Amino acid sequence: MAIRKKLASTWARLFGDSARAFGTLGLVVLVLLAIVPARDHFREWYRYQKGYLLLIRGRDDAVTLQRRLQTGVQQTWIPDLNVVDRCSSCHVALKEAGLRGAVTQPFRPHPPIPHSLDQFGCVMCHRGQGVATTVEEAHRSTKAWEQPILPARYFESSCGQCHSDKLTGTPRLNAGRTLLARYGCVHCHTLTLPDGSRLAPTDVPPSLAHVGEKTTREWIYAWIKNPQAYSGTATMPNFQLSDNDARDISAFALAQSMPLTDTTAPAASTAPSDGDALQAGTSLYGESFCASCHAMQNAAGLLVGGDVGPELTRIGTKAKPEWLRQWVRNPKAYDPGTKMSHYRFDEKQLSLIEGFLESKTDPDFTANVHLEPATAQQIAHGKLLVTEMGCAICHEINGLQKPEDFAPDLKLVGARPLEKIVFLPGMPRALPAYIEAKIKQPRSFGSALKMPQFTIATSQVDNLVTALLAQTDRASTLPASLRVAGHSPSSYEPAGTAGRLMQDLNCFSCHSINGHGGDMAPDLSWEGSAVQRDWLFNFFKDPNTLRPALIRRMPKFNLTDQEANALTDYILTAYQTPAFERDSIHPDSDSAAIEQGRQLFYSKYACQACHIVDPKKDKGYVGPTLTQVGSRLNAAWVFQWLKGPQASRPGTLEPDWKMSDADARSLTAFLMAQKGHGAPQEGTRR
Amino acid sequence: MRTALGVVAAMLVALSISCSRRPAEPVAKPPAATPSAIVEVSGGKQVSTVGTQLDQPLVVQVNNSQGAPVAGAPVRFRSANGVVFQPVSGVTGSDGQFTFAVTLGSLAGRYQIAVSTTGTGGKVIETRITELALGFEENKGRQLGDFYCARCHDPESTPERVSNHDNLVAQPHAFDDGAFLNKIGDGDLLAIISHGGPALGKSAEMPPYEHTLNKADIAALVAYIRAVADPPYQSGEAVYAQR
Repeated sequence: MAIRKKLASTWARLFGDSARAFGTLGLVVLVLLAIVPARDHFREWYRYQKGYLLLIRGRDDAVTLQRRLQTGVQQTWIPDLNVVDRCSSCHVALKEAGLRGAVTQPFRPHPPIPHSLDQFGCVMCHRGQGVATTVEEAHRSTKAWEQPILPARYFESSCGQCHSDKLTGTPRLNAGRTLLARYGCVHCHTLTLPDGSRLAPTDVPPSLAHVGEKTTREWIYAWIKNPQAYSGTATMPNFQLSDNDARDISAFALAQSMPLTDTTAPAASTAPSDGDALQAGTSLYGESFCASCHAMQNAAGLLVGGDVGPELTRIGTKAKPEWLRQWVRNPKAYDPGTKMSHYRFDEKQLSLIEGFLESKTDPDFTANVHLEPATAQQIAHGKLLVTEMGCAICHEINGLQKPEDFAPDLKLVGARPLEKIVFLPGMPRALPAYIEAKIKQPRSFGSALKMPQFTIATSQVDNLVTALLAQTDRASTLPASLRVAGHSPSSYEPAGTAGRLMQDLNCFSCHSINGHGGDMAPDLSWEGSAVQRDWLFNFFKDPNTLRPALIRRMPKFNLTDQEANALTDYILTAYQTPAFERDSIHPDSDSAAIEQGRQLFYSKYACQACHIVDPKKDKGYVGPTLTQVGSRLNAAWVFQWLKGPQASRPGTLEPDWKMSDADARSLTAFLMAQKGHGAPQEGTRR
Repeated sequence: MRTALGVVAAMLVALSISCSRRPAEPVAKPPAATPSAIVEVSGGKQVSTVGTQLDQPLVVQVNNSQGAPVAGAPVRFRSANGVVFQPVSGVTGSDGQFTFAVTLGSLAGRYQIAVSTTGTGGKVIETRITELALGFEENKGRQLGDFYCARCHDPESTPERVSNHDNLVAQPHAFDDGAFLNKIGDGDLLAIISHGGPALGKSAEMPPYEHTLNKADIAALVAYIRAVADPPYQSGEAVYAQR
């Protein structure tokens, strides 16, 4: 009763007559109007902008910083790229380079990058929700948003959405792409570079067409059970086979193997096994620079050597002696697709190499493998397994076709929508975490999945995830003005007799010509303009050491004079640069010019820091030895090289001096006078 | 209900037994098993990139007052937000050592990691280890430095890369030689890299890189040199530690 009376009196006081009612309503409207601007005071960005002002208050440049601060919600809108970013509402100091290192998030200035923030915005590289205006919604994947912010360790994947080349600033992306090609991921999955070209494999899985000649069923069994037990660096993954499956697959592998048709090779004689022969074999292995491509554990257990070919620490357990000999005699007879060079060894050398390699055994590897003779049923089951697992994608197998589209296409895996992903329980709901788990433990997503278990270090998994996150359609949706030019893959193959020789020697395993080949040894695209005929011929006959500091070196292939001549003539004719004429420079041979060049060499340019001309005095160890450069290189090449080394060989280490013509001419005169007479042969100073 | 009561009763009995037993044991703790120091064995001062795991794990050792390793000592870590330890804590092995992997945060700079154990009377014994995370620019400088500069500026030889350091008349300074390089201003450093040693009256054995590298590349090299400087380039620079 009392309450009703009180309400009635309040009502009368506020709305008793029209003047009172008007005044009260006016007040209500004023309060309502005030709420709208006041609401901003409770936004997160307002708090951060206030915090920023507090932070800079004591600084000398506070006034300037404050003047440049734009308050309120800030937005970068780039219609061409479909970018709407409001990140700078909180990250207010992105462009204040003066604050670098002095403040913490969200006030850190952006580190210098090759792109302008205004041109690309934030989410192009960092992902996240550009339009969101709260910390939680912008950075994390809540229910309403697709895209959480990209963790720092995968940043380089964003570069890889548009760039196909190996950039200096993206070592992890580059390493990831190299791994995708090297570990055979691209044999099963389709992966592309932003320029649209397919990522091609760089490994060459061996043909199994004649595997019975090469090794035993016991070895195959132990190998497919656990390849990394044989060689820690093996790229073949572990298919986690049961004992019975491994038994049946090894049975099928031998059953499908055909004998080699080549019976022209002389029957293998037993390799000498005494200590002297072993010593000589070890020396021949070293002299032939087998270690440029193959690794082997040394006495200390360290792996020494290259990774082009397989590790050879336990080769004697794997390879049958007669096969090993025939293989080294001519690898292409067994596997035409191999990267291994055809060394022209004589019978004695073959025996020594065979003896040395057969001594590299590890009986433990197959010690516990005891297999009964295979039954037809086991072989049939083995064939079924091999077909199901897609072994023929990588290996040539008699009677099996290479399957097409065997594994999911991963061209767009870096943009896969989260709602299409089945996450495992307890897994962060984010794309990088999903890809990482798929690489680390593929079978955890289902025991029936075919993807095998790869043995990959944690840092390498990060690199792989980085490369896979770059697999988006970003490049194809960019406006034409922003497209990054790609490189067209080269399938250059030399022709004729020399071409066949170069195939036989597998020059392209190490050297690159016209964009095709390996990067272990110098690019030879313009080699014909660079070198003198006699030197090149002699180099083929006996490759001496140009760069004493290198452990990977050109092997001696034991070429005949005819072969060396054919290669020399072809290289001098075909591999000429269009940039200058081969005989356009005739070096001054008078002593004044040479002395002038010597002065420039030793004082102005201090070339001796990296090169050796006088072996008694100079110590430079970075560039090639120049003691006989006058007998090796062509004068026009030397002159042009001095004028700008990168023009002759892109990416070379020697800095570009932009040397004047006069200096380059004098130095050329000095260098071409270094004929190597009286100086010790380089090959003997290893 | 009854089983729950039974469990509680059993626990009380067990507790009373263990409590009643304790006085029977020798009271004096053997000093040999008491941690009195925690030291870094390996893994400090590594250079990594933001957000990535360090190449080498961190190994620490807990010692007693005689300097002998203590097994079974608890080890804990603290650092800035975003630094991930794996495992997050643990106890030392029979050799008194504990090994753990560290992933640095997403901001470039130095990270301080406090590793601690518990000594007599619950006293916290702590050591601090510093690691470095490079941002995009410094990391680019590192790649360029490894290719163009390290052959002479890194005195360490590896089988893959023989150092040319000792073959030069004027000995190049290692990039982390902060004691020397911190005294050279950014402008002078840029000038030496761009125009070669003679630009500042130094050895001509240092060639000019202005025609080989662009301005951004050279700035990245300077950023890298500043980042790895030991002692640090700016003594007041931010160190990410526990918040």
